[in-house]
Amino acid sequence: MLFTIFAILTVAGAVAAMSLRNLIHSVLALTLAFAGLAAVYLQLGAQFIGLAQILVYVGAVAILIVFAILLTRDAGASPQSIVSSSWIESGTVALVIFCVLAWAIHHSAASRPAVLPQPEASMQQIGNVLMLRFALPLEIVGVLLTVALIGAVTLAMHEKQEKQ
Amino acid sequence: MTPLSSCLLLSALLFAIGLAGALMRRNAILMLIGIELMLNAANLNFIAFWRYGPNPEVLTGMMFVIFSIGVAAAEAAVGLALIILLHRHTKTTDIDEVNAMRG
Amino acid sequence: MGETADQFFVILQHRIVDHAPANLRSFFSSLLSVIAILVVFALLFAITTVLERKGLGRIQNRYGPNRVGPFGILQPIADGIKSLTKEDIVPQAADKVVHFLAPVMLVLAAFSLYAVLPFGRNMVLANLDAGVLFFFAVSSVMELTIFMAGWSSRNKYSLLGAMRAIAQMISYEVPLILASITVIMAAGSLSTVAIVEKQAGYTGIFPHWFVFTPWGFAGFVLFMIAATAESNRSPFDLPEGESEIIAGYYTEYSGFKFALFFLGEYLGMFAISGLGITLFWGGWSAPFSFLTWVPSYFWFFAKLLTMIAIFIWVRGTLPRLRMDQLMNFAWKFMLPMALLNLVTAGVWRFLPQGVLRWLVCGLLVVVPYVLLGRGLAQGWKLEKRVYRFAE
Repeated sequence: MLFTIFAILTVAGAVAAMSLRNLIHSVLALTLAFAGLAAVYLQLGAQFIGLAQILVYVGAVAILIVFAILLTRDAGASPQSIVSSSWIESGTVALVIFCVLAWAIHHSAASRPAVLPQPEASMQQIGNVLMLRFALPLEIVGVLLTVALIGAVTLAMHEKQEKQ
Repeated sequence: MTPLSSCLLLSALLFAIGLAGALMRRNAILMLIGIELMLNAANLNFIAFWRYGPNPEVLTGMMFVIFSIGVAAAEAAVGLALIILLHRHTKTTDIDEVNAMRG
Repeated sequence: MGETADQFFVILQHRIVDHAPANLRSFFSSLLSVIAILVVFALLFAITTVLERKGLGRIQNRYGPNRVGPFGILQPIADGIKSLTKEDIVPQAADKVVHFLAPVMLVLAAFSLYAVLPFGRNMVLANLDAGVLFFFAVSSVMELTIFMAGWSSRNKYSLLGAMRAIAQMISYEVPLILASITVIMAAGSLSTVAIVEKQAGYTGIFPHWFVFTPWGFAGFVLFMIAATAESNRSPFDLPEGESEIIAGYYTEYSGFKFALFFLGEYLGMFAISGLGITLFWGGWSAPFSFLTWVPSYFWFFAKLLTMIAIFIWVRGTLPRLRMDQLMNFAWKFMLPMALLNLVTAGVWRFLPQGVLRWLVCGLLVVVPYVLLGRGLAQGWKLEKRVYRFAE
């Protein structure tokens, strides 16, 4: 019941994000979709992931997208259509992919009813696993984030004027 | 519909919506938003399988999602920097207009 | 006797909730806690507005408000009536839905922050396993609401103020979280209740608060500076300073919505002070071991009032920082200091107890602070060396 509400909220946010004309409204709808997903994660018992989703996606990625929209605004409203020239093919591809996935889910072992107890994922366990078994991916993600930070700053920086 | 299959169906729906948006919209930033939605749908898949699948105490699904969120944030930052750079050079974010290297 | 006084509100809550049917007990107990938090912190907000205006007035060598009631203490009632009866003007070009939602979401987020703060022994609304993470997640939602407020007004000044405010808040979030991570590392848990319990012991008469260690003190100073910036308070209030940008992102708000923004900002300030107290000042534990007979919630609110007094004092004393000075301070000074603080906390943990530990960690904190401070003040820059040859 609770899951259905959050699912409807998420899908509504996603559809609105992809179909609104005003960019900022679409980002706000995307934020709603992220928040709905975070609620689903919390309901599934993944506390750390749900809170990390809010912290990273709602608190950082959405703000990043908003800043990028504000920095790349055109002066006037664009009158041409909001969809690209090949929208029929793209829509068909997405629909076909969804149908294939839905069919696969329906005919798989996932649809067989099975009751599983709530697994425990305390902070201690997550920390343990991160530091012991997944230590190498952790370091690599750290390096990746540093590289992305430096790269993004270098790309978007204004070029210094050479003094003659 | 078992809880697992409803989670997977939601994930598939979000993926399809994200894909449709990424392919259909003209604005480069909306493409990026579609890609973020697709990444989120995949994350939901992992968490659903962690919760309802075998061996949840190994926490593999959760770990994958932690790293996926980190990588998605890095990719969004670099992608948006590229879009800002594109706008600075061509004064537009319309991807149908950026076809100077065609043909 | 001391035990009963300490657990007075918990026992009261149990007595009231026992009247309810058994399956609704937890719901009613949470509901009661929520109502208590709403009432207490709204009252604290009202008291703080008067205290701030009178405090600032005295610092600036004038009386504060002193017309309404004796010494002006009934001023919040007058302010409340004024804001409720003012006309609610929404600009015609504004985005109506977003303009309406922004203050509502801000107050919602600000109130949710109190769910993980322990106000006394056994007095926390939600003992989450990842309490500190919840706090930071919800406070990052507040940044988005500020953007919504600034953008929906369709006013250049509002948008500029909102962008500056967000840039400032995300820059200062990094040293804030890094300073909290040192405490999490030392306490070994993300749960606020566990962090307070780790600081509740005493050696002799002195408490085990984290602020009484070198890394804790440096961490606390970093945390307080970052908290001042997160709440957009002076000296970091460029986005909303009256003399700079009219009123920044809430220029176009009037009447009750403006009061909601004011409320949300002050609640955020109280919440982050509460987190600072929980992380560094030992939460609800008493400062000396012979004072433990005083109830725990009394100590929490006493520390909270001390922090509010420090905020008001700093506001009245220091001049406002310019935007580029603000950003330089966050990225070039506070971030390296926070990282060094992390290293110091690690060193503290692994050295044996005694004078050596204090000496090494103290030097590790003070020497980079002096060097970095001097270097930045003299304007050292990392750039290519330029040679000037004699002609």
